[in-house]
Amino acid sequence: MSTEVVMPQMGESIAEGTITKWLKKVGEHVDRDEPLFEISTDKVDAEIPSPAAGTLTEVRFKEGDTVEVNTVVAVLDGNQSSAAPSAPSVSEPAPPPKSEPAPPPPPPVETKPEPPPSPAPAPPPPAQAPPAPVAETKPEPKAEPTAADLRKTKSSPLVRKIAKEHNVDISRLEGTGMSGRVTKNDILSFIESGAAPPARPAEEAPRLTPAQAQQAPGPAVSEPTVPPLKPQVGDRVEAMSVMRKKIAEHMVLSRRTSAHVTTVYEIDMTRVAKLREKHRDAFYQRTGTKLTFMPFIFEVVNKALRKFPIFNAQVSGDQIIYKQDINLGMAVALDWGLIVPVVKRADDLSISGLARAANDLADRARTKQLKPDEVTGGTFTITNPGVFGGLFGTPIINQPQLAILGVGKIEKRPKVLTSADGDDFLAIRWMAYFALSFDHRVIDGADAERFLAFVKDQLEEGDFSL
Amino acid sequence: MSTAVKKEHKSARPERGGQATLVEAIRQGIWEEMERDPDVFVIGEDVGAYGGAFKVTDGLIDEFGKERVIDTPISEGAIVGAACGAALMGMRPVAEFQFIDFISAGFDLLTNYAAKCRYRWGAGLPVVFRGPCGSGVRSGPFHSLNAEAFFLNTAGLKIVEPSSAYDAKGLIKAAIRDPDPVLYFEHKKLYRLPRLREELPADDYIVEIGKSRVARAGRDLSIITFGAMVLTALDAAEELEKEGLDVEVIDLRTLAPLDRPGILASVKKTNRAIVLHEASRTGGIGGEITAILAEEAFEWLDAPVVRIASIDTPVPYSPPLEDYYLPQIKDVVDAARKLAAY
Repeated sequence: MSTEVVMPQMGESIAEGTITKWLKKVGEHVDRDEPLFEISTDKVDAEIPSPAAGTLTEVRFKEGDTVEVNTVVAVLDGNQSSAAPSAPSVSEPAPPPKSEPAPPPPPPVETKPEPPPSPAPAPPPPAQAPPAPVAETKPEPKAEPTAADLRKTKSSPLVRKIAKEHNVDISRLEGTGMSGRVTKNDILSFIESGAAPPARPAEEAPRLTPAQAQQAPGPAVSEPTVPPLKPQVGDRVEAMSVMRKKIAEHMVLSRRTSAHVTTVYEIDMTRVAKLREKHRDAFYQRTGTKLTFMPFIFEVVNKALRKFPIFNAQVSGDQIIYKQDINLGMAVALDWGLIVPVVKRADDLSISGLARAANDLADRARTKQLKPDEVTGGTFTITNPGVFGGLFGTPIINQPQLAILGVGKIEKRPKVLTSADGDDFLAIRWMAYFALSFDHRVIDGADAERFLAFVKDQLEEGDFSL
Repeated sequence: MSTAVKKEHKSARPERGGQATLVEAIRQGIWEEMERDPDVFVIGEDVGAYGGAFKVTDGLIDEFGKERVIDTPISEGAIVGAACGAALMGMRPVAEFQFIDFISAGFDLLTNYAAKCRYRWGAGLPVVFRGPCGSGVRSGPFHSLNAEAFFLNTAGLKIVEPSSAYDAKGLIKAAIRDPDPVLYFEHKKLYRLPRLREELPADDYIVEIGKSRVARAGRDLSIITFGAMVLTALDAAEELEKEGLDVEVIDLRTLAPLDRPGILASVKKTNRAIVLHEASRTGGIGGEITAILAEEAFEWLDAPVVRIASIDTPVPYSPPLEDYYLPQIKDVVDAARKLAAY
């Protein structure tokens, strides 16, 4: 029996994914759960394990193709001859037709019904992306896009030409034509309005009609755009990766959405440093993971978020949504970009739980092993430019959150202290700058000061149970 | 039949210019060319004493005599053959088909001889083959033909069809002066239509073959048409104007060679096109125009090109059926509305 491999849905709002690499060639054998291809989506890069064991007989899309979720991208143990014509460049040339067109007999394991995937993921690390969903070959072939679909997505040659000239994504406009098609007048009035195309956030945002776009304040006034640049001789031109494009979009969206203000506190981390020094070895032996400064900071932030819930909230229209859970995002720098895995319900975790979760997520981010739901749902983000030596920065808020905390380098600095009898003296202390960027639309300066002052008090007090 | 009819009085020589219907404009044009050039002569069935079935050649025989206005037996093959021979000998014949339906009887000489002389022997044949075409006047299946599609695929033949008195005169004169064979189709419904009566210039003029005209300027969509359908399109445009739709009407005037720049300029402006003609849809000239738009204006199209034509049957005799067969103003209005909403 042949098995169709489909593009998995990597998160509820994800509609498509880009195949970045085929790890198997046509004709090669693949085991169940063995990585078959790599994908890149709006949210996550992941290796997709094979849903079954078998011989890869057909690869329907090549590397770089962007494919809708649930589209069949490959076939295992399919009919070889029918696979050949549609196999793109990555596939091997089709084998010469045999006298008997029978496909190779499937290995015995194939004939048995597959055991259901283990219900609960094993607790500790080597977690994997879920196996790609299996689509049986039986169900009716996927319907071709209807004329109405095509009208909406393709509009017309003229509109596509205008869109290209003005760099407008027509799928983001609401058309007035048949089936909601964007007409010439729609796109021209949109361009004349001077509005930048509305960015599409991860959450489903309503599409703007040209009329709405015209009314949209702010960007509609004037949106300066950089004219396309011509590379000089010797320059290297590289297309942006999916991740890079998403980061770019997200950063600009955030700048446009929130009224960013950053406040900076210098915090004495000496007590935390001593605590860490004292427990370092025992902690590693007990938990198998390194004790860094981060879990201490996480724990204090958890407390601060409970005390000042506006920092654990979101803005929707003219409403403020206070989130029940505290899900801490932690920015992880990658060689190829940046990702923000999320520690879910962080305030349920102890210091050791936080340390383990943070280290695990960071490790798996670097090996592309994150699951889609591990990069969504954050309610507050912590970023740590200090690991590279940065003193402090002014981080950009991770939408739709309302604040982000940047931790600068934790280092020994001379500090003027006052003794119990009132004498000032110079001391060598572990110090760090903490920069809090917050959304001044709903958080006032005093709130931010109180929040950071609380964080400072807690960290300097150093009252942690390990 | 009609040769037996005795004429009571001499038909007057037409004025130069002045108020004229389409049929008078054609008559003026032929008359003036016969005066201008002694090689021009008229040949056809009942073109002499009777003055032609539709009186296009009325009075010519009295002015120019039997030598230059020749009545023939009922044989289109003979008319085409004689005209071709005379043209080879240096004459400029204007050959009439009583109804354009009968042109098929001269098909062999038209397509295999007249069309190919220039290319085969370097001998251009300056003949005008003219006759009444078109439906909508209850003439039934044998007297209502639109014949352009038969000849569109015959390289070497020019085809014109006017929809105004001014163009009718300018085009017949251009056709007579053309060094190669020209098919000149006259829509019989337009011959005496009062709304087409207009003041013609007294001076000699021609309308260049191969050039369309903008019958009505507009910016929302283009109706590309010719002949009597120009009026249908203009009437539809007027109705659509009340709904805020600004329709452009292109009168092709020449069907071969088609005015590609004129067609493309209009569609590149309006980005939406209706191709309207009276002949049946399948294999009609509308397909050719649509293909030109697809090939050369693809990036300017904001909607699929729409063809409106008669249905694929012979022209019915029954008036309700003929109305059903032919594109009506309402059909154009409906299609334009749909296209505008696309």
